[in-house]
Amino acid sequence: MKQTSNFHPGAFMRSFLNAGALVALILIVVPAQAAVQIQDVTSQKGIDAWLVEDHSLPIITFQFSFKSGSAQDPEGKEGLANLMTGLFDEGAGDLDSDAFQLKLEELGAEMSFRTNSDEISGQVRMLAENSDEVLELVRLAVTSPRFDADPVERIRSQIAVGIRADERDPRKQGALKLSEALYGDHPYAHPDEGTLESLSGISPEDLKAFHARVFARSNLTIGVVGAIDAESLVSVLDTVFGDLPEEAELRPVADIEPKLDQEIRIDYPLPQATLQLVYPGVKRDDPEFFSAYLFNQILGGGVFSSRLFNEVREKRGLAYGASSYLHSRDHAQSLAIQTATSAERAGETLSVIDDVVASLRDEGPTEEELEVAKTYVIGSYAINNLDSSTAIARTLVGLQQDDLGIDYIERRADLINAVTLDDVKEIAKRLLSQEPALLVIGPAEQARNGG
Amino acid sequence: MRNSIASVALSAAFALVLAVAAPSIAPAQEGDDDTAVSHFTLENGLEVVVIPDHRAPVATHMLWYKVGSADEEPGKSGIAHFFEHLMFKGTSTYPSGEFSAAIAAVGGSENAFTSYDYTAYYQQIAPSELPDMMRFEADRMRNLVLSEENIETERQVVLEERRQRTDNVPSSILSEELNATLYQNHPYGIPVIGWQQEIEGLTHDDLKSFYDRFYTPNNAVLVVAGDVNANQVRTMAEETYGEIARGPDLPSRARPMEPEQKTTRDVTFRDPRVTVPNMSINWYVPSARRAEKGEFEALAILSEVLGEGLRSRLYQDLVVKQGIASSAGSYLQGAAYDYSALVIYGEPRGEAELETVEAALVAQIDKIKSEGITQQELDTARTKILRDQIFMRDSQVRSANLFGAVLATGGKVEDITGLPERLDAVTVEAVQAVAKRYLDMGHAVKGYLLPEEGDRS
Repeated sequence: MKQTSNFHPGAFMRSFLNAGALVALILIVVPAQAAVQIQDVTSQKGIDAWLVEDHSLPIITFQFSFKSGSAQDPEGKEGLANLMTGLFDEGAGDLDSDAFQLKLEELGAEMSFRTNSDEISGQVRMLAENSDEVLELVRLAVTSPRFDADPVERIRSQIAVGIRADERDPRKQGALKLSEALYGDHPYAHPDEGTLESLSGISPEDLKAFHARVFARSNLTIGVVGAIDAESLVSVLDTVFGDLPEEAELRPVADIEPKLDQEIRIDYPLPQATLQLVYPGVKRDDPEFFSAYLFNQILGGGVFSSRLFNEVREKRGLAYGASSYLHSRDHAQSLAIQTATSAERAGETLSVIDDVVASLRDEGPTEEELEVAKTYVIGSYAINNLDSSTAIARTLVGLQQDDLGIDYIERRADLINAVTLDDVKEIAKRLLSQEPALLVIGPAEQARNGG
Repeated sequence: MRNSIASVALSAAFALVLAVAAPSIAPAQEGDDDTAVSHFTLENGLEVVVIPDHRAPVATHMLWYKVGSADEEPGKSGIAHFFEHLMFKGTSTYPSGEFSAAIAAVGGSENAFTSYDYTAYYQQIAPSELPDMMRFEADRMRNLVLSEENIETERQVVLEERRQRTDNVPSSILSEELNATLYQNHPYGIPVIGWQQEIEGLTHDDLKSFYDRFYTPNNAVLVVAGDVNANQVRTMAEETYGEIARGPDLPSRARPMEPEQKTTRDVTFRDPRVTVPNMSINWYVPSARRAEKGEFEALAILSEVLGEGLRSRLYQDLVVKQGIASSAGSYLQGAAYDYSALVIYGEPRGEAELETVEAALVAQIDKIKSEGITQQELDTARTKILRDQIFMRDSQVRSANLFGAVLATGGKVEDITGLPERLDAVTVEAVQAVAKRYLDMGHAVKGYLLPEEGDRS
C-alpha cells in the first residue's frame, strides 16, 4: 500500500529544477505511526543513491559499496582487497595518515571500511553540522587514497598477526578447511585476509592498481540516512564520487556449486564438539527464494521455535544453540546447520539433526509452522532492518544491490504470503536430498561413525 | 542467542556506561512531551523510563531486575543466570513456549542477559504489540512454573553454554581466572555464568527462593524505547505490571568489599592454540556510584586519552610510532554497583617480544601519572564521549540498555542527562590525580595469554 499524503511535490520539484536531478519518492508504510520514506536521488553526473531523510537526530549516515571484494584478488596476491580496506583512513590526497586521522577525530566522525568476498563497503557517520568537511575526507579516501609505505606495513603486519593468531585455533582452521573443501580452486576458497605468503607479496603499486580497477561508478551503490535533504544530497554525490572512473574493470568470477557429501574433521581435545552441516542453497533471484527463506525459518531460523532449536536444545538440552542459515552469495549458495555440544554427545546430536532433516525433507512442515514463519518473517523486517540509521542505510544498499526495487518493502509481505505449503515442501526436498558436507571440530573419536 | 551473559561483552559495547547523554536529551520529566525521556514510578514500586523515538515503527520493551551474580549466596554461583534461562519455561497462565510463539507470530525478537548487578529481558516488536508484551512479561514476574524436568534439561543447556563460551576459549579461561584474582573479596570475582560444580549443585529450592525474593515490581526497572509516548506507556504499564502487588522491601545490596590490595599478581594461561601472545594490566576502580564526586568522569577521560581509539596515546606510541604492537589500548568497564575495572592491553607485532610491549605500556602509565594530560587531550576526549552518546541515541536498544544499566546499578536518570555538565567540570589535574591514585603498579593484576612453554612460533 502506498500512501501519498506525505508526498511533497514541492520538494520534488525544487530538487528537480535546481539540481537538474531526478528524484523519485516512495513511502513505505508499515502498520504503525512511523514510516520510512525512501527517495531515489540521481545526481547530474548520473550517480544514483537512495535516501531516507530524517531530522530527529543531528547526524548523517553514508553507506556505500563497490561490487568487487576478495573474489577480485589477483592470483598470488590474496588478501589485497582486505589490506586495501584497512588503508582508507590511513592517508589520502595531501593528508598523510596522521593528518587524515587527526582531522577525522576533530570532526567527530566515524569512518569504517569492510570487505567480504563480493564487495568492499564503507560506512561514515557524521554530525550534520560539519558534514561538508567530513564528506571532503570521504571524497579523498575514496578517490585518492595514498597507500604510503609506513601505514601499508603497519596494517599489513596487523593483519599478519591476526592470521598467525588463528594458525592453531581449531575453530578458525575448521572454517578455512571447510571453505577449501567446498570451493576447491574457486576464489571463494581463499580467506578474505589471504595467507602470510600472499599478503607479504602485495606492494603499494598493487594497491593503487587494484583501487583504480575496482573503485568506479558502474559498481557503486549508495544509501544515505539522516539530516540531509534530496537537493543537498544531489550535489554531494557528484562532489564525493563524481571523480571516480566510469567503469570498473572486474574480472569474471564463475558461479560454483559447493562440493558436498564429504567430511572434514579437525581433531582436537576440546570439551565441546562444533558441528556444521552444509546443504545446497538458493540464489537471491531464484523464484523459490522466499520458499527457501520460510523453510529455513522453520528448520533453524532466528526464532526460538524452530525445529532444530526445539529438538536439540529445548527438549534434550544437547546444546546452547542450534540454528541454520541461508548464505546467498553472488556466485555460490548454501544452507548451513550449526551447533556445538559436549564431545561425548556429538553422535547423539548429529542423529537428532538427521531426524529433523529427514522429517522436513520427507514430510515437510505443517501448515501451522508455515503460518507462524510467515508472520514472523513479515513482522521482523522493520525490527531487523530499520531500527537505526546504520541499519536503514545498510538496507538501502542491499535492496539496490539485489535489484529488488524501491517499492520492495511494500511488496514483500505479498511475496511471502504467496508461498504455499507445497512450495515449501518442494524446496525442502530440493535442498535436503543431497548428503551434506560435514565439519566436525573436536576429539577424533566423537565424530559420526563411518562419515 | 538467548540468554547471553552480559558481563564483559555488554559493558564493552556500551562503552562507558558511566554514561552520558546526547545534548538532545532533555532533562527527565513527567509528561507527554514527544521527544523527552520520561521517568516515573508505579504505586507498586516499578520504575519506568520512556525514551521516545519516532523514526521507525519499532518499540523496544526491556524489563531489568536489580539482581545479578554478585547478589548470589556463597556457593550458589550461576543462579542469577540459570534463572534467566528458566524464565522462558512457561507460567501457570501461559504454557512453555507461548510467550515466544506470540513474539514470533508478530515478527518480534527477544532475548535476555545477566550481569553482576542485573538481569534483563527484552523484546523488540511493533508498538501495537506493547500491551501484549507487558501482559506476558508481568505474568512471568509472578506465575512462573518451575518443574524439575525443565530445571534438569536447562541445566544441561547452561553447562553447554559454559563450555561454548568459556571452557572452549583460551582467552575466556584466562579472563575468568584473572577476574577471580583481581577481586580478592568482592563477588565480582565470581563468573556471572557460575563455577561448573556450583551450577551442577543448584536445587529447585534454591531457584524458587531466588525467584520469590528478587522477582518483584519494586526490584525492577521497565524501559520502553521507540515509537511510543509516555502517557500511553504509563497507562499500559499500570494495567499490566501495576496489577502486581509490591513485594517485601529488599535489604540493601551490601556486599563484601575489597580490602586494600597490596600485591601484584600475575595470571598466566598457556595453551597450544595460542600462537601470538598478549597481555593486559588490570586495576579495580570505584564504580560511578561509589566514586568520589568527579572521579569517575576523570577516569573516563583518562581511559579515553590513554587507550581508546587510533589517536590514543597507547595506540600512537606502541602501534604507530614504535611499531612494536599490533594492538594496544585501554577500556573502562561499564555501569556497576560497586566497582569498575580499568584495563590496558597489548599484543606484539613482528619480532617484538611481549616483554617489550609490556614495558612500553607501563612507561605510558608512568608518563601519564608524572606529567598528566594536556588541556587539548581533555577537550578532545570530552567531545568524543559526548559525540558517542549522540550516535548511541541512534539505536533504540543501545539507548534502552544505557538507561536500564544505570538505573539497575543504583544510578539516576540525571546521571545520564547531566553528563555534559559533569564532564565540563573535569580538569587536567583531576585526571592526573585519578591516574596516580588508581593506576598503582604495586597492586596491578597482569594477565598473560601465552603459547605452550618453549613454543615460539
